[in-house]
Amino acid sequence: MTDRSLTARNYAMGVVALLLAFVVFIVPFLFVAINAMKTAPDAAQLDFSLPERWVFWENVVTTVQTRDYALLLAYWNSTLITVCAITILVIFGAMVGFVIQRRPSPVSRFVYVLILSGLMIPPAVVPTIWVLQGINLFKTLQGMILIQVAYGLGFTVLLFRAFIATIPRELDEAAIIDGAKPWQVFFRVVLPLLKPVTVTVIVVQSISIFNDFTHPLYYLPGRDNVTVQLTLYNFQSQFASQNNLLFMNILLITIPPLIVFVFFNRQIVAGMTSGAVKG
Amino acid sequence: MTRKSAYPYWFFIPAGVIFAILFIVPTVASFYFSLTYWDPFEARFAGWDNYVQFFSEPFLVRGVLNTLFFAFLTSALKTGLGLLLAVLLTSGIFAQGFLRSVVFFPVLVSTIGVGLLFQELMHPTQGAINVALAAIGIDGPGWLVNPKLALFSVALVDVWRGVGLATLIYIAGLSTIGPEYYEAARIDGATRWQQFWRVTVPLVRPATNTVIVLSLIGGLRLFDLIWAMTRGGPGFSSDVLASVIYKQYQAGFWGLSTAGNVILFLMIAAIVAPLAWWLNRRELEA
Repeated sequence: MTDRSLTARNYAMGVVALLLAFVVFIVPFLFVAINAMKTAPDAAQLDFSLPERWVFWENVVTTVQTRDYALLLAYWNSTLITVCAITILVIFGAMVGFVIQRRPSPVSRFVYVLILSGLMIPPAVVPTIWVLQGINLFKTLQGMILIQVAYGLGFTVLLFRAFIATIPRELDEAAIIDGAKPWQVFFRVVLPLLKPVTVTVIVVQSISIFNDFTHPLYYLPGRDNVTVQLTLYNFQSQFASQNNLLFMNILLITIPPLIVFVFFNRQIVAGMTSGAVKG
Repeated sequence: MTRKSAYPYWFFIPAGVIFAILFIVPTVASFYFSLTYWDPFEARFAGWDNYVQFFSEPFLVRGVLNTLFFAFLTSALKTGLGLLLAVLLTSGIFAQGFLRSVVFFPVLVSTIGVGLLFQELMHPTQGAINVALAAIGIDGPGWLVNPKLALFSVALVDVWRGVGLATLIYIAGLSTIGPEYYEAARIDGATRWQQFWRVTVPLVRPATNTVIVLSLIGGLRLFDLIWAMTRGGPGFSSDVLASVIYKQYQAGFWGLSTAGNVILFLMIAAIVAPLAWWLNRRELEA
């Protein structure tokens, strides 16, 4: 089992595994891609044949134009929510992780447990809507951004706390002796050193916020507030017979996670496993 | 005079305010609102009525039981398959890195997209799965239209989508087991089978605990995949707590919906907290 050389047996097993992986994991995605390039009647057959007529570009245009360019609006809304929520998460989350790690005390422990409980407890949806209405943030992008911050905080603090433990205390002490204020110690000395874990947080959280369907469904109803995952949902109810456009829509909203996956594979793996194993 | 700490508690405030208002307040308020008849206009105190209704109306009881069935089934499958895949993908087989990516990729794809895709693939007559089964002489079932099978089919898709994360966690766990353990086992004459059960399984225990706990929490809370594939149907046959909460909210029964939320919270707490404690204790003993 520890022999890593490519023996004939490993080669054979690899080929079998490749074939299985192809059928189980790759064929479904090919199905999406092929059907996204078909005409509507052709795609309604639900089969694997190649398109009778290749209409890739026409389908892209039609999908984007549907419902007054809803997909473009959705891309804009989702991007805005993701970028703003992550900016807030990184700064505020790192601040919390920093003090929790550097100042072990009952207060810190209490805050930590409370924030981690957010990883387990399902959000109480209707009371949350009630709160959002009370502060006039229901059905607003600002409200959605703050919701994503609240729900992403547990994971973010978990990762930052673990990483800050690896940064020597002597660094902040040197700055303190030089007369730096606490916020200067944090923003000038510690935060710049958190780059690796910050990249991990950004990558993992951006995928989860961009792919979020449930929370915009509850907290962000309304045509002008559509997000990318909800465009699919609208497609399904409005165009039951246009599978080709439905699949094109899936394809178009899978591009950002795919790009992130190609370029940040290592950070994704680091984030998903470190956060998970220590949780 | 005590010196001011270099690590002031006010650093908690910005995040704390957002978290308190949007997470803690609603969670605490949910206990009160679950005891009311609540609709878009008013909330009247109702005592335990919502809970009584939840445990007496057959379709609501069904939702509670389905939630448990779904969570335990998917958690067990992800744990078992995740470990097997991780062992396979760390054994030095051909194209190992590529295979890891392929298995993991569905984790990153839109859940709604996956749900709609499999809805097409599982179409009873035209769907690719049943067409393929027919080609080898098997009469494929009505995956999503048969009330007895619908929840099970969604569970299979959830495993397809989530097993990559379990595999990833297991791969991280396996990499902490040094080669000397396997060498010692081989010198003692252990077969590969014995090595797996006596070395790998006990030593990969922390990863197993993580996978079980994470997939149980995820399974109990799952909403989007079920909503995309069956909307709880046919009938109420694949309704889970999360879909009941949404349906009752849509129907204007906010109190009943919130009671469902509280039941889900208590169920997760009652299952996951003792389980995590018990698993961690065994980990220390091992």
